[in-house]
Amino acid sequence: MSSAAQSLPIEISSLCKAYGPVKALDDVSLNIAAGEFLTLLGPSGSGKTTLLMALAGFMRPDGGSIRFGDREMIATPPHKRGLGMVFQSYALFPFMTVAENVAYPLKIRGVSKSDQKTRAERALDTVQLGGYGDRRINQLSGGQRQRVALARAMVFEPQIILMDEPLSALDKKLREHMQIELKALHQKLDATVVYVTHDQREALTMSDRIAVVNHGRIEQVETPERLYRQPHSFFVADFIGESISLPVKVANDTAQLNGRVLKSDLPIAHGSGGHRLVIRPELLEVTSGAVPETANDLSGRVNDIIYQGDSVLVMVQHDSAGQINVRVPANRAGQTGLPSKGEQIGLALHPEDTIIVPEHVS
Amino acid sequence: MEQVGQRKIDGLWLTVVGTAVLFFLILPTLIVIPMSFSGASFLEFPPTSFSFRWYETYFTSPEWMSATKTSLIAAVLTVAIATPLGSLCAYGLHCSSPRIRSTAQILVIMPIVVPVILIAVGVFSLYAKLGLNYTLTGIVIAHTALALPFVIVTVMSGLQNYDFDQELAARSLGASRAYALWTITVPQVKFSIQTGAFLAFITSLDEVVISMLVSGGENATITRRMFNSLRDQLDPTIAAISTCLIVVSIAALIGVQLIGRSKNVDN
Repeated sequence: MSSAAQSLPIEISSLCKAYGPVKALDDVSLNIAAGEFLTLLGPSGSGKTTLLMALAGFMRPDGGSIRFGDREMIATPPHKRGLGMVFQSYALFPFMTVAENVAYPLKIRGVSKSDQKTRAERALDTVQLGGYGDRRINQLSGGQRQRVALARAMVFEPQIILMDEPLSALDKKLREHMQIELKALHQKLDATVVYVTHDQREALTMSDRIAVVNHGRIEQVETPERLYRQPHSFFVADFIGESISLPVKVANDTAQLNGRVLKSDLPIAHGSGGHRLVIRPELLEVTSGAVPETANDLSGRVNDIIYQGDSVLVMVQHDSAGQINVRVPANRAGQTGLPSKGEQIGLALHPEDTIIVPEHVS
Repeated sequence: MEQVGQRKIDGLWLTVVGTAVLFFLILPTLIVIPMSFSGASFLEFPPTSFSFRWYETYFTSPEWMSATKTSLIAAVLTVAIATPLGSLCAYGLHCSSPRIRSTAQILVIMPIVVPVILIAVGVFSLYAKLGLNYTLTGIVIAHTALALPFVIVTVMSGLQNYDFDQELAARSLGASRAYALWTITVPQVKFSIQTGAFLAFITSLDEVVISMLVSGGENATITRRMFNSLRDQLDPTIAAISTCLIVVSIAALIGVQLIGRSKNVDN
């Protein structure tokens, strides 16, 4: 690809959109760095697609600002925003060949026929579909169609590429393969990518940063690791990864579980509606003897043991807190021997893993 | 075994009833064809002699020819106006919010629901004020109003089976809305548009109630003249004209089907 195109930063500020009483976008502000892979993650109806449509220009916000680089885009029609966009349905043109599909944006831009051909071929090579140019769309598999859609969205070297759940129609194996491929492709292209998904694992796999969207608001924007380890709200903690949660009392920046002080290295975010302790099953440690002084003691009696292939889920009944799940990698379980049903075991929750979040962000 | 037998009997019934319905629907239409080749000077069935004289009468009569011309011009103009107008209306409705769409749909279908005689009386009194009675313009406007719902309904159903993301994709890739509509959407709902155009053509060509009131003199349509002729003198010219109209309609229908089929082979 030529070096003329350079990725652009995106600056969204105070974006609002209401459908009657429903706020689809509630004062959304977000800065996306040039060349970043940012994922909008949220459940359906959270407003993530509305936000993407606002970026694309298909939805006119009630207020706010969208800037690509130093250009204000809020009133710019979609075809003048210079975006590449990939749709969930692929949205390929079925009456054109693969090459004609990919060359469509070039044709609009008045690129000469021969240039159209070479650039379309090069884009198809990039998505590993070299030589597929003469095929018809209905001769392609789902994964191949997705690649054509990608090639079409990047052939004109846009500085920003938007993707609306592009992998959700693929089966699990292909989806996971395409995630890695898309990530590699992003590193090759010099483009800012805004990616929408409801699949938290996909978001964790691909993104530089993830913006968690809920009820038309952005709950938290963070790198995958920090988002996972230090969620700011119960919604984020619950939506990302596997967890169970227990209500705790917070006073003077210390949390208490059933009257016992919880040791935590993580800052406690403030909000409304009380706090919860979030326990990730794989972060708990099964101790052979007593739980060390430095950790939180969640010991209890083993209720059930479930073999899940790559790991073993041990269900532990805690005296006062109720049921707590612990995930033990299958290989480690084989070495150390699993506890048996009814056995009393020590469970340590280390301070760096002790996540305490408010029920709602304020 | 019993079930299979039962199903066979059910199938037989269906065939018998279906054939009977088709028979009663089509026979009255087809009966005019042999009648038109009759040599007698009155309508008779079955005809006792064979001749082309009534076709000759039709094609050599200046009144009949003028009426035919009026009808064909009106039908072509109706197609030319109703097809793009109705297609754009369908597109607009397809893009608008469900609430607007459902309300507008009722309004748009109105000309089909309201008895034509009421529309005819209304159009006549309005045209009396505007001076549009007995003009080609008046006929075309009235026929366009009648034909629009057919175009809108067929194109809307075509759009329903079309993945609208394609047009959004085209626009995001740099196409203006009009260019995306023309290069991406229209080619894929072409068959619906053609069907709508065909229905508009037939609507105008067959229309008699409004034409009775609004057309006349130099600009009498063929249906109006046929109606008058039925009242005044009953001769087989009518049968000959009807046969010609049937041929024109079927030819148009086959044309649309052929274009549709070649498109399906493409995909």
